[in-house]
Amino acid sequence: MDFSQQIAQYIITGLTIGAIYAIVAMGFNIIHNATGIVNFAQCEFISLGGMFMYSLVVLFKIHLVISFFISTVGVALIGALIEIGPIRHARSKEIIILIFLTIGLSEIIRGTAQEVWGTDNVGVPSFSGENPITLIGGATIVPQHIWVFGITVMVMLMLRYFFKKTLMGKAMRATAVNRRAAALAGICVNRMILLSFAFSGALGAVAGMIIAPISTTSYDTGIMLGLKGFAAAILGGYGNFIGAILGGIVLGVLESLGAGLISSQYKDAIAFFVLLLVLFLKPTGIMGYGEAERV
Amino acid sequence: MHVFLKQKDIFGFAALAIIIVILPVFVESKYYFIVLNVIGLNTIVVVGLNLLIGFAGQISLGHAAFYGLGSYFSGILTVNYGFPLWPAMVIGMMATGMIAYLIGYPSLKLRGHYLVMATLGFGIIVNILMGELEHFTGGHDGLIGIPQLAIGGLTFDNDLKNFYLIWSFVFLSMLAARNLLNSRVGRALRAVHGSESAANALGINTANYKVKVFVLSAIYASISGSLYAHYISFISPSSYDFYYSIQVVTMVIVGGMGSLWGSIFGAGALTFISEALHVAKQYHVIAYGFFLCLVLVFLPEGILVGSYNFFLKRKTRKLIKRGEHLKNS
Repeated sequence: MDFSQQIAQYIITGLTIGAIYAIVAMGFNIIHNATGIVNFAQCEFISLGGMFMYSLVVLFKIHLVISFFISTVGVALIGALIEIGPIRHARSKEIIILIFLTIGLSEIIRGTAQEVWGTDNVGVPSFSGENPITLIGGATIVPQHIWVFGITVMVMLMLRYFFKKTLMGKAMRATAVNRRAAALAGICVNRMILLSFAFSGALGAVAGMIIAPISTTSYDTGIMLGLKGFAAAILGGYGNFIGAILGGIVLGVLESLGAGLISSQYKDAIAFFVLLLVLFLKPTGIMGYGEAERV
Repeated sequence: MHVFLKQKDIFGFAALAIIIVILPVFVESKYYFIVLNVIGLNTIVVVGLNLLIGFAGQISLGHAAFYGLGSYFSGILTVNYGFPLWPAMVIGMMATGMIAYLIGYPSLKLRGHYLVMATLGFGIIVNILMGELEHFTGGHDGLIGIPQLAIGGLTFDNDLKNFYLIWSFVFLSMLAARNLLNSRVGRALRAVHGSESAANALGINTANYKVKVFVLSAIYASISGSLYAHYISFISPSSYDFYYSIQVVTMVIVGGMGSLWGSIFGAGALTFISEALHVAKQYHVIAYGFFLCLVLVFLPEGILVGSYNFFLKRKTRKLIKRGEHLKNS
């Protein structure tokens, strides 16, 4: 394989992982926009997605499509439960307390997942075979990568449709802009926040499921993927949807190139190094503008 | 430097000093000494972190890195380069403080929770470097043979001596923190916590104060890390992972954000729980999570202050009832 082929291969891998980061970043953004908090339980949504898929497909031999659907709904419900339970009933609504609360919740979920599934890495079968397809230029692509791209694009289009065209999506956006004004306009703000948690649960689950056949899954795969998705959200401009996609892809490609050309040992460090650089140079991110937070 | 201690603080510190001096009389097994020493080390980190969380209202998820920097500076300088022990510790403190400044300055200039992201990223990078820079750090196998601290002829070579060493540092760090909070800086920090905009309008350079507190809290962690390295004499990257950062944050919250005395309680209670669950290590994570969530949902001021307020309110309600009763009769 010559150099340009190698680069093409790194970029394809980077785009795939970047698509995952983009979905995760979306999950972070939706909750951030609705509530202003950083939801660390997002990491656990990814792990749960992957592990549900593993249980249903491998252990219970349920058809892939049905499993996909059940896992998505299941994790979305867990997301909703988090909001209905602790987040809504917390006696203090200070942002800092709610952020810590999501950290605590993610500890509980991770601990429970470890009890249920153990600590081993497990594989999930690819959605359609393992035979690599050779692209023009000589780089190869495994069908699962195409699934990752396809599903990511689908998810993005669906989200876009939901937020731009449907009444509920518009109500969610209104809540994000100004909670009080939205409530005055007759929007049930609590329901919108509930919905945003369910959404980010579903997004996390999808990310966890589509990456599982490529990189295997375990009770804590979500931590690194989640934190990097978070870095992608910052890179793109926190709360910005187009930014999440751009941030995810840029981060994925940089990480893949860095791991391939510099050193694979520092693969995880590269993503966070990019995060630090962004915070120092342009903390509002690629798509961000103006002051980070209004008074 | 002025000393700002109120009367009730003097009682508190006197009590703490007496407890530290006489506690070893009641402790018999070596195991409990180790637990107490770990509680002390954690308390130092928690006091520093509490200044940041409770008074500057900022979150750090990278304190494991500062704790680790203290340990590794002490370890590497003394083992690999034969530095004298105390200067190595001071170099560690200064270097950690400078690194914290480099991270804190850009992220604290902005409003919002940018520090949590910066510290999180930094913590993970430092933890990876500890494992990968094998030439300096010994890699994942760790660094062994870190010498014990000594003052003059006195070497801190058993658990009892280390108990007094570590808890003297706890005492001093609490004293320094209390002194800081009762001074002009402390009042400014409280104003920042109350309303950043109002504090700004009154001429308080809020960003500046937040950076200073962050640097100070990193230095606290570094001191504790150095003490840990010299006490245990072996360090490895797994002691300084993301999970440790979350542990110390949990200790701050359980003890009460903004409550200095609560810091000892938080560090003590959670270290003790960790030890009690030692046989069932898999339940560690769940236990910490539950503790964190319960406290945050029901007693966001922390267990000590929260329950105190709860009983106070009950007492007030009772008094009001009695008053109404008297009025009616």
